[in-house]
Amino acid sequence: MSSSVIEAHGLTRRFGETVALDDFDLDVARGSVHGLLGPNGAGKTTAVRILTTLQRLQTGTAVVAGHDVVREPRQVRRRIGLTGQQTAVDDLLSARQNLVYFGRLFRLGKADARARADELLAQFGLTASADRVPKKFSGGMRRRLDLAASMILAPDVLFLDEPTTGLDPAGRREVWEAIAGLTAGGTTVLLTTHYLDEADRLCDRISVVDRGRNVVDDTPDGLKRRMGAERLEVVATTPEALESITEVVKAVGTGEPSVEAEALTVSAFVHDPVDALVSAAAEIRQRRLEVADLGLRRPTLDEAFLELVGRETA
Amino acid sequence: MTHDMTTPRPAADDSVGDRIRWTLSDYRVVVGQEFAHLVRQPANFAWQLGFPVVMVLLFVYVFGSAMDVTGQGAGVGYIGYAMPGLFAMTMAFGFMNTAFAVADMKEKGFIDRVRSMPMASSAIVVGRNLADTIQAAVDLAVLAVIALLIGWSSDGMLWQTIAAFALLLWLRFSLIWVGIWIGLLVNGTEQAGNLFALAFPFGMISSVFTPPELMPSWLQPVAEWNPVSATATSIRELFGNPVPIGDAWPEVHAMTAAIIWPLVITAIFLPLGVRRFRNLGR
Ligand SMILES: Nc1ncnc2c1ncn2[C@@H]1O[C@H](COP(=O)(O)OP(=O)(O)OP(=O)(O)O)[C@@H](O)[C@H]1O
Ligand SMILES: [Mg+2]
Repeated sequence: MSSSVIEAHGLTRRFGETVALDDFDLDVARGSVHGLLGPNGAGKTTAVRILTTLQRLQTGTAVVAGHDVVREPRQVRRRIGLTGQQTAVDDLLSARQNLVYFGRLFRLGKADARARADELLAQFGLTASADRVPKKFSGGMRRRLDLAASMILAPDVLFLDEPTTGLDPAGRREVWEAIAGLTAGGTTVLLTTHYLDEADRLCDRISVVDRGRNVVDDTPDGLKRRMGAERLEVVATTPEALESITEVVKAVGTGEPSVEAEALTVSAFVHDPVDALVSAAAEIRQRRLEVADLGLRRPTLDEAFLELVGRETA
Repeated sequence: MTHDMTTPRPAADDSVGDRIRWTLSDYRVVVGQEFAHLVRQPANFAWQLGFPVVMVLLFVYVFGSAMDVTGQGAGVGYIGYAMPGLFAMTMAFGFMNTAFAVADMKEKGFIDRVRSMPMASSAIVVGRNLADTIQAAVDLAVLAVIALLIGWSSDGMLWQTIAAFALLLWLRFSLIWVGIWIGLLVNGTEQAGNLFALAFPFGMISSVFTPPELMPSWLQPVAEWNPVSATATSIRELFGNPVPIGDAWPEVHAMTAAIIWPLVITAIFLPLGVRRFRNLGR
């Protein structure tokens, strides 16, 4: 059995003049959480819709859970779950009725559908609200019900299109925990997001996409590393100390240190991060300097992303 | 979470027999969902009935007091003429509720969710129709009770009365396919709402309220050939209510037309709706 659970090559999809996907490739390893990261209009939703058999692809091939999305869409649908960009639950039915309804459409028997609904309600912390209508739920609760509905059959691959957009921090955390729970069971997850911290936190690999094209495909750490060397950063306690600190940093760094006087911060790229940190610390002690902070800084994923996509993003 | 014993796997439906069985089960589930809506939200149902009921009262008490279409005098004679027309009109306009509801499901991403599921691709379309037809039967029953209360009655025999109501539902059943197709076609509920401006003349340029003979000559054939007219004329005959009949083919053969029209509409719009559902992502 192949270790890839999604294999897509050369996906292209146009809408009139707009090229939503342009020769897009995607390879997702079984059991991993894979992120699609990109600005508005990058083509993330289009990719998800093609892989979930909702949208026709114009050229290219896509195999999901061992089945071709164009030739065997029914087989694909039996093996996937989808939580779309919009929350798609029935607002007039109770949370439990929603799950039973979807379970029945996933072709479970009545008793099985009920049992599964109760199981999922418990798993997603909705048991106490099972008989209320989702209209009256918070955004996080609605999204969790939505997630539960896409998990009814324990899919091989779960697609989540911006699962936390529009949620407050507590709501996001609820959804993150739910996702972490799913992957522990062996489900592969493909999720799209605008949030770099979310991708950093949840994903094993990230594909950055822009204007329908692959920009880069790497681990979150790898993405950050692509930004270049790590920096040594020292924060002074007084403006008077800045000069000596700059000398110390210059001695261990490569090139001119950058000094942010207002933040009392001096930093420089370093070749060997550990070595530089140890030498700088020793020199600071020797000179009896006081510092507020001393450490290595890796570029944030935000910086990496802006650099990679090369323009302002949402 | 683990994929433990209780985690179900999708049922296989590779043989023709299994597929038919599961397809019927899908229809049942979709119909069941619609009924759960009615039970949980009876207010929606009441609102939906509001329009025809208000129309009945308006036509009979406001317009009816001034009209004398049957020569029996305004008022009483008009109830006999207007009531079957109002039944037909309720059937003719009601499908816009379906279009609106389907457009809403599409707009909210609900249709996407079900399209990504392994159910039969006709399930939403067919299930929706069955549920809405049953609901239309309830609408019609409520309307009939109101009609009886304000002095209308069927002079036909029992089987004729039943046949008349069956023809009314038959018309609605066929128009619901059109509603589903429109709902899947438009972008959002706003567009669906605008289409009511098209449905309104479709119901009105007919023999529902005015005998076509009284219309301008260029409009007469439209009214005479309108499927709603065929049904309205037939049920007037069946109820034994006054029928000012013309000599155009669909008027003379109203009963035949009232049976064939919905058949033709169904034959066209049922496949169109299912195809549209399948091809939403093209
Ligand atoms: N059905 C459609 N008809 C016309 N254009 C479309 C359609 N779907 C997508 N597009 C266009 O294709 C491009 C990619 O859209 P897509 O929704 O895939 O982007 P996205 O990365 O999901 O964006 P967002 O982050 O805003 O959700 C956009 O320019 C969009 O306007
Ligand atoms: Mg999107």
